[in-house]
Amino acid sequence: MRSGRESGKPADDDRSSRITLTVNGVDHDLTLDNRTTLLDALRERLTLIGSKKGCDHGQCGSCTVRLDGRRVKSCLILAVTLDGRTVVTVEGLAGPADLSPLQAAFVAHDAFQCGYCTPGQLCSARGMLDEVARDWPSAVTEDLTAPVELTDAEVRERMSGNLCRCAAYPHIVAAIRDVAAAR
Amino acid sequence: MSAPPVGAVGREHPRLEGRDKVTGTARYAVEYPVDDVTYGWAVPAAATRGRISRIDTAQTLAVPGVLDVLHHGNAPRLAPGVDDTLFLLQEPTVHYRGEFVAVVVAETLEAAREGARLVRIDYDTEAHSTVLSPHHPSLYRPDTVNPGYPTDTAEGDFDAAFAAAEVQLDTTYRTPAYHNNPMEPHATTARWRDGRLLVHDSTQGSTPVQATLAQLFGLPPETVRVIAEHVGGGFGSKGAPKAPVVLAALAARQVDRPVRLALTRQQLFGPIGYRTPTIQRVRLGADADGRIAAVCHDAISQTSKVQEFAEQTAVYTRSMYAGRHRRTTHRLVRLDVPTPFWMRAPGECPGAYALESALDELATACGVDPVELRVRNDATVDPDSGQPFSSRNLVACLREGARRFDWADRDPTPGARRLGRWLIGTGVAGASYPARSRAATATAAAAPDGTFEVRVNATDIGTGARTALWQLAADALAVPADRVAIRVGDSDLPPAPVAGGSMGTASWGWAVIRACEQLRQRLRDTAVPAEGLTVEVSTADEVRAQRPLARYAYGAHFVQVRVDADTGEVRVDRMLGVFAVGRVVNPTTARSQLIGGMTMGLSMALHEEGLLDERYGDWVNHDLATYHISGCADVERIEAYWLPEEDPDLNPARVKGIGEIGIVGSAAAVANAVHHATGVRIRDLPIRLDKLLDRLPAG
Ligand code: FES
Ligand code: FES
Repeated sequence: MRSGRESGKPADDDRSSRITLTVNGVDHDLTLDNRTTLLDALRERLTLIGSKKGCDHGQCGSCTVRLDGRRVKSCLILAVTLDGRTVVTVEGLAGPADLSPLQAAFVAHDAFQCGYCTPGQLCSARGMLDEVARDWPSAVTEDLTAPVELTDAEVRERMSGNLCRCAAYPHIVAAIRDVAAAR
Repeated sequence: MSAPPVGAVGREHPRLEGRDKVTGTARYAVEYPVDDVTYGWAVPAAATRGRISRIDTAQTLAVPGVLDVLHHGNAPRLAPGVDDTLFLLQEPTVHYRGEFVAVVVAETLEAAREGARLVRIDYDTEAHSTVLSPHHPSLYRPDTVNPGYPTDTAEGDFDAAFAAAEVQLDTTYRTPAYHNNPMEPHATTARWRDGRLLVHDSTQGSTPVQATLAQLFGLPPETVRVIAEHVGGGFGSKGAPKAPVVLAALAARQVDRPVRLALTRQQLFGPIGYRTPTIQRVRLGADADGRIAAVCHDAISQTSKVQEFAEQTAVYTRSMYAGRHRRTTHRLVRLDVPTPFWMRAPGECPGAYALESALDELATACGVDPVELRVRNDATVDPDSGQPFSSRNLVACLREGARRFDWADRDPTPGARRLGRWLIGTGVAGASYPARSRAATATAAAAPDGTFEVRVNATDIGTGARTALWQLAADALAVPADRVAIRVGDSDLPPAPVAGGSMGTASWGWAVIRACEQLRQRLRDTAVPAEGLTVEVSTADEVRAQRPLARYAYGAHFVQVRVDADTGEVRVDRMLGVFAVGRVVNPTTARSQLIGGMTMGLSMALHEEGLLDERYGDWVNHDLATYHISGCADVERIEAYWLPEEDPDLNPARVKGIGEIGIVGSAAAVANAVHHATGVRIRDLPIRLDKLLDRLPAG
């Protein structure tokens, strides 16, 4: 599932470590406080403020990013454990000129209001669609051996780790269904 | 009035900042690039009531990267008497557990957080009281209730009419504390330069934040600038300046560097406000056909010892349904708790839960269909003020909702429908919310290249205000919308009221339309000069001159639930709302707001509950793992519709406001559906399965 080294090398002061992290295709050599979460490293060190902090405790999903292709909550991971790993944030979803289909569908369906949960929803949806493509079952999948059929109930279940207080849920589901159907 | 040649209003349009929000480039309060920035971390009091006897910051200051610790002994002074909830780090007094008593400032978030953990504070504690009860010794009658309504009202002779009524209903409903929980925590970046203060704040209105900071710090208002370009939700909790903006400004002054300060999720459960728990007694006296003769709504809620906040819980009952003999009262209990504050439809939301539940109980008692019962009790003039309504389409909402929901086929017998292990039921509730307007100022500027810029210090907290105002401006200028730019979210723009009370679009739109109309008028006779042409309009006089009328938006909620006969789990199959809200400027964003409000009502009915630890007066479930808000899987089918409504007596935008009406009544519709499914009436929210389990009909 992963490649590269687990943890960074201790830096001189033994409170921080040096790691290499690839973010949205760009390699970064970073010396980070050992206590820094991936979320804070992204936001405060790399100024990638697209990833949001809603709870800092793994409870809301606002900070969801993709780590080596899988969705993770970046507030729950210490950045220095990610030496050599690859991260994609919301800033890495769009092409150089155009929105990704998922982003475009979110805009078209008004799948957000305040937009604060949105980067996490997008990264989570991206990861979720890959999980479905690999036929990973969810808690609402009836037949664990058959290919997963992406029903509304499946989307809702699989997106329930991402809270939206504005409650754009039905529009989020519609946007994801649109993109899945076009695949 | 001549029809504009182009029409942006009424058309679906994706929100203007949509692209910024899906690419992660929209900046919220602590996301602006700032040189030399530092991080503030707020330290909450661990005592419930008392005084700080000693603060020991030595261990904190020894943490590498920590710059300073502010507390009452060393923080810059604030002017007293501005807002007692914001008089922070000035006194050793502790009014409630969780009150902010210190701020650690450090070079990094990690150091600030570590430092905050190490601040040692000793307290001289005093006895405290934290639990709302109807017999509390401090129960009192406030002078007014939010935002200025009379505390009590009475018409006719309620007691006699109730005693004489053929059908009498006397029930008490309870709601727990609710916590707003916008996804973006309250947060501020503050910096001082040459005596001027610049803040980026997560707020519903930067004009009042500017005014308050100026007063607190003794500055001319024009030296304070507050920017709130994007705000990650508020739902009332950011409707006034809150602790972080004051703490960040104090800290930035102290360390003479910019400070970013965001509250933690846990810190949002108290110091920034919450919806008070309520205890509501509702009495209805009616004839056998369900015509109400007597109605009384007595509401008890809590306030703090810092500042009074009186939720207007019974106000909904004053104007909603007919009935000659009526009485409403509000009483408060003053506790050692944080000050309650606005949460989406303060007053109307909990009040409608009680009244619309009571109406359902009355319908059952009379054997009258609950839609029909509401139609029978429709009011022709405002029963409270005696004024005519500018428009009142409650009945039309009920009828249209009933039609779409196939209500006519409903068997009224509770507990009669079963599908496998599920008990199925449907419920209805009415809704109303005042349609108010407040004064605002806007400018409209024409450039020689044929483009326009319209400025107003509105705040778009996710409502779609930016987009709606842009549409209104385009039509008022009578130009294609792509030639118009709209600027909001900055106190340097013309002053405007907060995004609150469902009066944003009405108030801001009024000023925008008037400014655009005047500009258009000016441009009739002259070409745009090389330097451009700008007009500024304040609506203060016009708003004040509005003729007195009862102005309300209306709605009707229809809900179907299924209840697991074995476990008592409640699932909402379908929510359908029909609303009469004046003109809908942008159907895209309006639908989102209405659905958002309805979902929050579902959440209130089934999921949300602040659980108080009486020993401390603080909520134990102060995070998103244990304070449950509805998630994606909880919302199965939800629909919002509106009636075409032309009300000429509102405001130039001809809108009634849509931010709040979606939550009003929706929890009652869920509770009424649960009763229909099970025959069990739960009168204290939320409807948890343990409250149902022993009482479900045997399978
Ligand atoms: S911020 Fe990471 S889950 Fe909430
Ligand atoms: S869009 Fe506001 S929290 Fe999801």
